[in-house]
Amino acid sequence: MGEQVPIEDGLFTWPSEDPRLIGSECLDCNAIIFPAQSGCPRCAGDNTQPKELGTKGTLWTWTIQGYPPKSPPFEGDIVDFEPFGVGYVEIHNEVKVETRLTTANVEELKIGMEMELSFVPLFKDEEGKEVVTFAFAPCKS
Amino acid sequence: MTTPEVAIVGIGMHPFGRTPDVSGQDQGVYAVRQALKDAGVEWKDIQFAFGGSQAAGHADTMVSKLGLTGLQFINVANGCATGGSALFSAANTIASGAFDLGIAIGYDKHERGAFRIKTKEQGLGDWYGKQGLALTTQFFGMKINRYMEKYDISHNTLAKISAKAFRNAEHNPNAWRRQPISEEQILESDMLSYPLTKFMFCSPAEGGVALILARADQAHKYTDTPIYLNAAVVRSRRWGSFEVMAPWIALEDAAGPTVDTSTAAFEMAGIGPDDIDVAQLQDTEAGAEIMHMAENGFCEHGEQERMIQQGETEIGGRIPVNTDGGCLANGEPVGASGLRQVYENVLQLRGGAGRRQVPDNPSVAYTHVYGAPGISGVTILSR
Repeated sequence: MGEQVPIEDGLFTWPSEDPRLIGSECLDCNAIIFPAQSGCPRCAGDNTQPKELGTKGTLWTWTIQGYPPKSPPFEGDIVDFEPFGVGYVEIHNEVKVETRLTTANVEELKIGMEMELSFVPLFKDEEGKEVVTFAFAPCKS
Repeated sequence: MTTPEVAIVGIGMHPFGRTPDVSGQDQGVYAVRQALKDAGVEWKDIQFAFGGSQAAGHADTMVSKLGLTGLQFINVANGCATGGSALFSAANTIASGAFDLGIAIGYDKHERGAFRIKTKEQGLGDWYGKQGLALTTQFFGMKINRYMEKYDISHNTLAKISAKAFRNAEHNPNAWRRQPISEEQILESDMLSYPLTKFMFCSPAEGGVALILARADQAHKYTDTPIYLNAAVVRSRRWGSFEVMAPWIALEDAAGPTVDTSTAAFEMAGIGPDDIDVAQLQDTEAGAEIMHMAENGFCEHGEQERMIQQGETEIGGRIPVNTDGGCLANGEPVGASGLRQVYENVLQLRGGAGRRQVPDNPSVAYTHVYGAPGISGVTILSR
C-alpha cells in the first residue's frame, strides 16, 4: 500500500492509535458541533475549544447515494461508481455527525442501530497518495 | 383577516423546462413583458425592482434589454428562497411608502443533472464535497427515510405524490413534464437516494416569472382582479433543526424554518390553515411535499398517509396541493421557483387556471419554499 494522507487537516486525529473526529465545545453553553469552529451557533458566543468526539453512536437516519455525484466537487471514481451509504450518527451525548457509511446495503441499515467510527481510503490524489476519510460502520458485536 | 397593504396586479411567466435557444435572462425579460401587459403598464412606469437568478447572471443587467429608465433595481440571492425574498422585499418596499409600483423577478437556467454544489459558497470545507456529501438529494432521502419510519408513511404514498404532480401538469401549458406517469413506473425508476427514485425528484431546470406589485388602495387602477398579499415571510434555521448541507445536527430536536415561517405568516394574515383553499408547497421531491403538509400546519404528522391515499390534496380535494405540478413537474429554476408558486395562486384566485382550476371559487391561497442552507419563505394571498 502506498502513502496515505487525511482528506483535510484538523478534521480528525487519524493517523494515531485511537483516531477521533475533532469537534468543538462551547465553554459557555456546552454545545458540541463538528467540525470545530470558533463561534457557537447555540448561544452565539465565541468561547469554544476543540474536542475529540466519541467513537460510538446510533444511526439516526441514512440513505444510499445511488448515482455518481458531480465532479468537482466529488473526487471519488465516477466512471466505475459504486453506490455508498450516507447517514447521521448520533454520538452518545455529543452531536449528530453526517458521515459516509461502510455499507451501501439497504438490508444492513436500520435506524437506531449501533455504529462505530472507522477510517477508509477514498481516492488517490494527484501525487498518487491514498486519501483517507472517516466513515461509520455497523458495530460488529 | 388583516387588511393588506400590497396587491399583485400583473403576472408573467416564461414556460419552465428546457428552452435551448433562449438565455436564462431572456426568459426573465419575457416574463417581465408578460407581466407588464397583464397589468396594462409600461416598463417606464415601474419604480423599483427586486430580482434574482442563481446561475443565469445578475438580474439588474436586464435593464439594458427592458429599458434604461433609472429605476432602483436590487439583486437578490437567497438560494431556493430567492423568489420569495424578492417578493418579500418588494412588498415591504411598497408597504413602507417608499414607492407605489414595483416588480419582483426571478429566472434561471441550470446545467443538467443534480445541482453542482460549491462547498465554499455554502460555508463548508472542501472535504465535504470531495467525499461525496455535498448533495441536496441525500438530505431529502435521509429526512423522509426517518420520517417514513417514525410516522408510518408508505412508499406507495411517495409515488402518489409524483403521479399527482405529473397529472396536474398535464393541464398546465407552462409546465415541463406534462405526461402522466404511473405509480408503478415511479416506484420502479432508478433509486437515486433511498427511498427516493428518479421520478420522485424534481430536476434543476429553466424558466422565469415576474410579478407586478402595487399599493392595495391603488390596485384597481391596474386590474379588475387584484390579488392581495396578506403575508410574506422569510426565516432561517434555528439550533436543533435538521437541514440540507449540514455536517452536523444538534442533539436536541427543534422545528425547522418552515414551521417558524408558516406560524409567522398565519399570524401576520390573521387566519389559520383551515382558511386556506389551495396551497403550493415545496416539493423538491415527493417526500418533501408530505412533510411540508404537516410543517405548514395543514395536518398532523402522520396524517398524510390517509390524506394522500384518499386524494384530499388532489384538485377537487379538501386542500389541493401543487395544482400546477409543483417542482416535480415544473423543475426548479432556483431564482424563479418561489415566484412560480405565487403565479399559480394568482391564477387560481382569479379563476383563470383553466382545466386545473380549483372548484368553488377559492379565495385564500398559500405558498411555501424551502432550500439550502435551511431557509423558508411563505406567502398568503387573497382576493
